Amino acid sequence: MAYTVTTQTPASRIATILGAILVVVLIVLPFFAGRGTIQDMFFILTMLVLAQFWNLLAGYGGLVSIGQQAFVGMGAYALFGAVILLGLDPVPSILLAGVAALVIAVPTAFFAFRLNGAYFAIGTWVIAEVVRLLVAQWKTLGGGTGTSLPRDATRDMWFVEGIEEMLGVRSAAARDILAYWLALALALATIGGIYWLLRTRRGLALAAVRDNTEAAKSVGVDAARMKWTVFLTSAFGTGLAGGLIYMQKARISPDAAFSVTDWTAYVIFIVVIGGIGTIEGPIIGVLVFFALQALLADFGSWYLMTLGVLAIVIMLIAPRGLWGLLSERTGLHLFPIRRRLSGGQLTTSEE
Amino acid sequence: MIWVDTIIQGILLGGLYALFAAGLSLVFGIMRLVNLAHGDLIVMGAYLMLVLVTLLGLSPFLAVFIAMPLMFVLGWVLQKFLLNRTLGDDILPPLLVTFGLSIALQNALLEGFSADSQRLPTNALTTASVDVGPITLGVMPLLTFASAVLVIIGLNQLFYRTELGRAFRATSDDATTASLMGIKPANIFATATGIALVIVTIAALYLGLRANFDPNIGPARLIYAFEAVIIGGLGSLWGTLLGGIIIGVAQTVGAAVNPEWQILAGHVAFLVVLLVRPRGLFPRAND
Amino acid sequence: MALLQTQNLTAHYGDFQALFGVDIELGKAETVAIIGANGAGKTTLMRSIAGVLQNDPRAVSFDNKNIGALAADEIMAQGVAMVPEGRKLFPSLTVEENLLIGTYGRKTDGHWNLKTVYDLFPILAERRHNPGTALSGGQQQMVAIGRALMSNPRVLLCDEISLGLAPVVIKDIYKAIPQIKAAGASMIVVEQDIAQAMAVADRVYCMMEGRVTLSGTPDSLSRDDIHNAYFGANH
Repeated sequence: MAYTVTTQTPASRIATILGAILVVVLIVLPFFAGRGTIQDMFFILTMLVLAQFWNLLAGYGGLVSIGQQAFVGMGAYALFGAVILLGLDPVPSILLAGVAALVIAVPTAFFAFRLNGAYFAIGTWVIAEVVRLLVAQWKTLGGGTGTSLPRDATRDMWFVEGIEEMLGVRSAAARDILAYWLALALALATIGGIYWLLRTRRGLALAAVRDNTEAAKSVGVDAARMKWTVFLTSAFGTGLAGGLIYMQKARISPDAAFSVTDWTAYVIFIVVIGGIGTIEGPIIGVLVFFALQALLADFGSWYLMTLGVLAIVIMLIAPRGLWGLLSERTGLHLFPIRRRLSGGQLTTSEE
Repeated sequence: MIWVDTIIQGILLGGLYALFAAGLSLVFGIMRLVNLAHGDLIVMGAYLMLVLVTLLGLSPFLAVFIAMPLMFVLGWVLQKFLLNRTLGDDILPPLLVTFGLSIALQNALLEGFSADSQRLPTNALTTASVDVGPITLGVMPLLTFASAVLVIIGLNQLFYRTELGRAFRATSDDATTASLMGIKPANIFATATGIALVIVTIAALYLGLRANFDPNIGPARLIYAFEAVIIGGLGSLWGTLLGGIIIGVAQTVGAAVNPEWQILAGHVAFLVVLLVRPRGLFPRAND
Repeated sequence: MALLQTQNLTAHYGDFQALFGVDIELGKAETVAIIGANGAGKTTLMRSIAGVLQNDPRAVSFDNKNIGALAADEIMAQGVAMVPEGRKLFPSLTVEENLLIGTYGRKTDGHWNLKTVYDLFPILAERRHNPGTALSGGQQQMVAIGRALMSNPRVLLCDEISLGLAPVVIKDIYKAIPQIKAAGASMIVVEQDIAQAMAVADRVYCMMEGRVTLSGTPDSLSRDDIHNAYFGANH
């Protein structure tokens, strides 16, 4: 009897089917959901994308960045620059947002990789501050006070007219629906892409580098290249999300677009609460995060205090987060990465 | 002459940054822990003194002596019961726990004191200045700088002249072997963080006397402190002072050119040093 | 009644069991040698007694108190000092500071102090302001022994003090052992160098694969006994 190496589990097969149904529901959501729901979902999906990329960095790459706001802000400003200065349509400009984030990620990595471990974290933060301060000098985009997308650029955005006609909604709602669909596509591509990456040889190498850089080197893994790959990938994805988020907001300022709280602190809390180092973790985390926000938003700073304390408690008592607790109890893996040998004399078994 | 004045002001400002940084450097040197809540703890120290000044009608210079033991106890408890549990080979737990602490602390201060900026009450002394030749120096900046030098001398004495200092260095080298000497590493770490928060209190005094503060300014203080530590070289306290001075001079010179460039110039100076000397100006040999 | 003894002492590193019910005894003013091949569990035994590895409270008793569950610093304060394997000097401390830190958890008047340690190893007095790690291996070993003596321990645990040293250096260091005994400390000496161990010990335990396989006075043990206890009877 032949042996096969598989990463599938029965649970993951069921998850695939349920996941497919969920995706279909999410795609058709704008046909029956109100504008508020669509905006909430847009928020959830974009935060999920940011969380997945931060998780790729920290959870898989061991690179704890506190400077992700550099890429969100840079992406957002690149989109505004492309629309306002070059007269491009906002939708294709999202790609430019990713490219712009990628471009500043190169010098960022060059500097930050000179710092080890914990100091890398603050190093990325310093560079994000530098980018913020530089962008605030960019007078044609409003300097420190910021600017808005021109009205005709948002009105004539690709696909908006089609959506208006198809769903019979007004222009503002159609723009939200467009942003939502783009966010959905980005989130699915992100999850799919990261899942694919982790299942390739490169993914295995990544885990090896995180667990032990020296040992990974000795078996021929180029740790420095892996770090660069992860850092640049994550910057590109974060930049895309940044562009998309600010396309929907249509109004930007340096303090908002480079906010460490909005684009890094929240994201870290989402990943830590959900479970760092898993694809499922950020998904759970973003749902918990959204629920807490809905529950506590009226209490202002109590909300952030709660998140901070919750992250501390989780890190101390359940460092693998809510998903870690759940999968420990149930053995459930929706995105199995571990290769398991099956067939022959061996039975499939969890480690 | 204006440039000489600008540079001297920058050097004196560097004293403040060295005070921000000394506690961070101490804690990192002994237990390899980077406390991301360091800046927020400085701001908290300033609020603690504000409360003491307001409630007891004390001068800030007296309030600081009440705040110091309180902050020591806070640091001790924080390290012993929270941060010690995060130490280990994995860098994620200490970073994420102190980051959580930073956000929680900032928002607790916001809840308690609102976002309005505050200032410790000044008196004749704090606004006085002295003329040194053609240059006028504020008494506050001079006091700040002198305090930074004293703190660093004091820490060096503590490290190299006392039994506790020996225990700090031994535990930093090898905690397991240190425990064979009868040292409790957990308590040594707690004491170190306690001392770091005493220095934080001194830094907070000058922060609160020299300028306005509000609950949101902690992270920027953390960044200045961090830059000073990296420029100086990890583990070198005099290097940290020099790092603070470099940031301070870069900021005042930057501000003299264009007021909007003050903060940016400090960061750029940091990046240049990182580019030229990645291990800082005075790196420790065995790191 | 023994001054220090282990009863059914076990030790694990994760899933790996390193010690399987070890019973040894050390009397007052006695020197006991523990010999055995690499991986026999000698160092694990020392680390368990010293509290680096924790145990059931009753697994180790000292002076009629159960100390098996105490932490290393608490055990040291009771008067059990260890010279760890590999010397483990503190690189940030000078020779003299390395010696002084030996008294951190236990300050008692007794025979040993800076002066008497320097008398025992005169070379250290000359090098007192050098960093501990700038010394030769033999000198570092002297510092490690001196550091443990500084607290005037009632029991001194010496883990592989001859490891990696030249024979002439080993002889120098072993010359100090009678003086240490004379000053009143009981000692457990872990050695791979059987001849050295036999020369200083009142009794010998031989370990193999985490168990004591042989014990007795040096005169009562034949070469064959030791060989079998060391490598197993089938070799």
